[in-house]
Amino acid sequence: MAPLNALTPDQLAQADAVVAEHRGTPGSLITVLRLCQDIAGYFPPELVERIARGMNLPVAKVYGVVSFYSLFSLEPKGRHQIRVCTGTACYVRGVREVLDRVERRFGVKAGGTCGSGRFSLEPVRCLGACGLAPVMVVDRDVHGGVTPDSACEILEGYE
Amino acid sequence: MSARLDRAALTAMRDFERAALETFAPRVFCCSGTGCHATGSIPLIEALRQEAARQGGAVQVIETGCNGFCALGPVVIMQPGGVLYCKVRAQDAADVIASAGGRPVERLLYRDPDGNAVAGMDSIPFFALQRPWILRNKGRIDPENIGHAVAHEAYQGLAKALFDMTPERVVEEVRASGLRGRGGAGFPTGLKWKFAAASPGDVKYVLCNADEGDPGAFMDRSILESDPHAVLEGMLIAAVAIGSRHGYIYCRSEYPLAIHRLTVAIGQARELGLLGENILGSDFSFDLEIYQGAGAFVCGEETALMRSIEGRRGMPVPRPPFPAQQGLWGKPTVLNNVETFAGIGAIIRLGAACHAGVGTEGSTGTKVFALSGDVNNIGLVEVDMGTPLSVLVNDIGGGVPGKRKCKAVQLGGPSGGSIPAHLLDTPVDYEAITKAGAIMGSGGVIVMNDRTCMVDMARFFMDFIQDESCGKCTPCREGTRRQLEILTRICEGKGEPGDLRALEDLAAVITDASLCGLGQTASNPILSALRHFRGEFEAHIAEKRCPAKRCVALLKFEVDEERCRKCGLCFKACPAGAVEWAKKKTARIDREKCVQCLACYTACPFDCIE
Repeated sequence: MAPLNALTPDQLAQADAVVAEHRGTPGSLITVLRLCQDIAGYFPPELVERIARGMNLPVAKVYGVVSFYSLFSLEPKGRHQIRVCTGTACYVRGVREVLDRVERRFGVKAGGTCGSGRFSLEPVRCLGACGLAPVMVVDRDVHGGVTPDSACEILEGYE
Repeated sequence: MSARLDRAALTAMRDFERAALETFAPRVFCCSGTGCHATGSIPLIEALRQEAARQGGAVQVIETGCNGFCALGPVVIMQPGGVLYCKVRAQDAADVIASAGGRPVERLLYRDPDGNAVAGMDSIPFFALQRPWILRNKGRIDPENIGHAVAHEAYQGLAKALFDMTPERVVEEVRASGLRGRGGAGFPTGLKWKFAAASPGDVKYVLCNADEGDPGAFMDRSILESDPHAVLEGMLIAAVAIGSRHGYIYCRSEYPLAIHRLTVAIGQARELGLLGENILGSDFSFDLEIYQGAGAFVCGEETALMRSIEGRRGMPVPRPPFPAQQGLWGKPTVLNNVETFAGIGAIIRLGAACHAGVGTEGSTGTKVFALSGDVNNIGLVEVDMGTPLSVLVNDIGGGVPGKRKCKAVQLGGPSGGSIPAHLLDTPVDYEAITKAGAIMGSGGVIVMNDRTCMVDMARFFMDFIQDESCGKCTPCREGTRRQLEILTRICEGKGEPGDLRALEDLAAVITDASLCGLGQTASNPILSALRHFRGEFEAHIAEKRCPAKRCVALLKFEVDEERCRKCGLCFKACPAGAVEWAKKKTARIDREKCVQCLACYTACPFDCIE
């Protein structure tokens, strides 16, 4: 019986191909991790170990880099990723209220995933779109000038 | 046009492209920066192109980088004439195209605060008071078309540096211009290059710091999105000056459009022989690649950034040795910020005097600022060094929206501080801003209105800093966390008399005992808030009162009956059904149902929620 979050053979093959391409290029670990996360969505222990073996690096070193950078996740994500900008401009314009409401309405904690796996909610660093503050990004769609009401309304559109 | 250029061919290309741009009239420039993308410029450009074709094909539609006037996007500029349209929708495309060379579309024009339509870009204070130098090409070239950049003199500075100047002369020119690093610290660029040039070694690196992490700063993103070749040219000239063959641009992965445009620009430059072997037919070779960051604020620090490129945890290391002696992979390295590099080409092409003659004595040239927060004209602006902050906020920015007042302006991100409204005549100059209790920083300017609680803002920044502290130095790792705890307690009404003293003591230790700039400046948001707004901290601690009425735990959630105008806006805003109200009746909040979300407070125009 395979574990719940096991990667598919196809994903593993893709990850192996990435590792093979960059093995031997100095400093390529972060690039490899970024590409592997695009493939797998997150880093289950088996993937960290596989990358370490492939790159000929200690697992501790790979894990150290994964846990250092906020882009990399050790937890699986929901079907839709909500990224709420918590930069200064968004904060001044009321993003805290937006976050609070989204958390309550969809039963998801900041940094976590809701029980149904529908949304992951992640407060993120300034997205540099301060002209649109407060900003919420759902998957790849950027929504500017959101209010607690409009944010919930927008999210209802993602199943 | 895949032939590799030499200097004469570059000049011929410039003249040809310029003539083509000038003769092909009329043209519609549509902003395609990240801000305008979010407000719908992608379908708009598609619609404009279709309409242009449908109406005979005489009008050329050009997709540009960030125009700077983000608050009113998508923005369209008509040439010739310089008419500016705001908030243009795809359904406006037919009218926009039809108006080319004729009468402007009245309904799409910018409205001044009195409601009058203003057609010309130059008549709008937002644009008229700026001096575009770094941003000279914003909104008027297609960033994915190298021909447009070349038409506007791109790579002419490189040609001059390669064929008319010695490397020493290039360094001297940059020194004479007085240019100081635009990333925040303001170190003289020419001096940095001189050190790296003097370091022995065959292998040297040129790095561009595009890890723009300060919240509220988007200057570098906009420059990369609107004029990537200016940055490449600056890096090439640095490489000529110090004798480097390889470079990296370290860019945040949060900036996908900037990365895309850089990738396109690098590809086009390679094709024309502006990157790679024997550039412009000379014996100089240089190539560069983009390195994507993975989300760590500390990687904006130069030694941490280099560790990150080496594929390691981005933790700073002690200096000396400075990167100019031992940087990336232990080799001499020059690292400058995007905005710094973007200004180099013009300094070399036009001479140091054109830069040194602008601004103040210690701070020459112009500075790009990202204006945001509680201000009407949010966007990207560029002014002479020495311009008073009030011009930035009130004249260019159009002041604070609604009937609120400006309380303070935050500069320099989490390493900076807040300058209170009564000091807004402070000029933007490295020294003057430091004297007022903030730092120039990379250029984020966040305007805060009188509903902003300065204790809460200090808490916000400490939350950021303690999370982004890399953990290497104990004072920074532990100290910032303790500061956050104290500030959180104060905001929750649990402040104690000794708290302010404790904050200041911690600040002194963290500043003195941290290795890198992040730790050394980590306490600035607290110290500047205490310096200018100490009374607010004391009100929180002694009276358990938040004067700005922002800290939820200190609010009573009661309606001030005397001030209530019975308008019912709070009733409509409340998502929990906790506000009781009927026409001509004073509103009342049911504390049992209230979830303290502040919706009523935000909606009330009369400040009567206590």
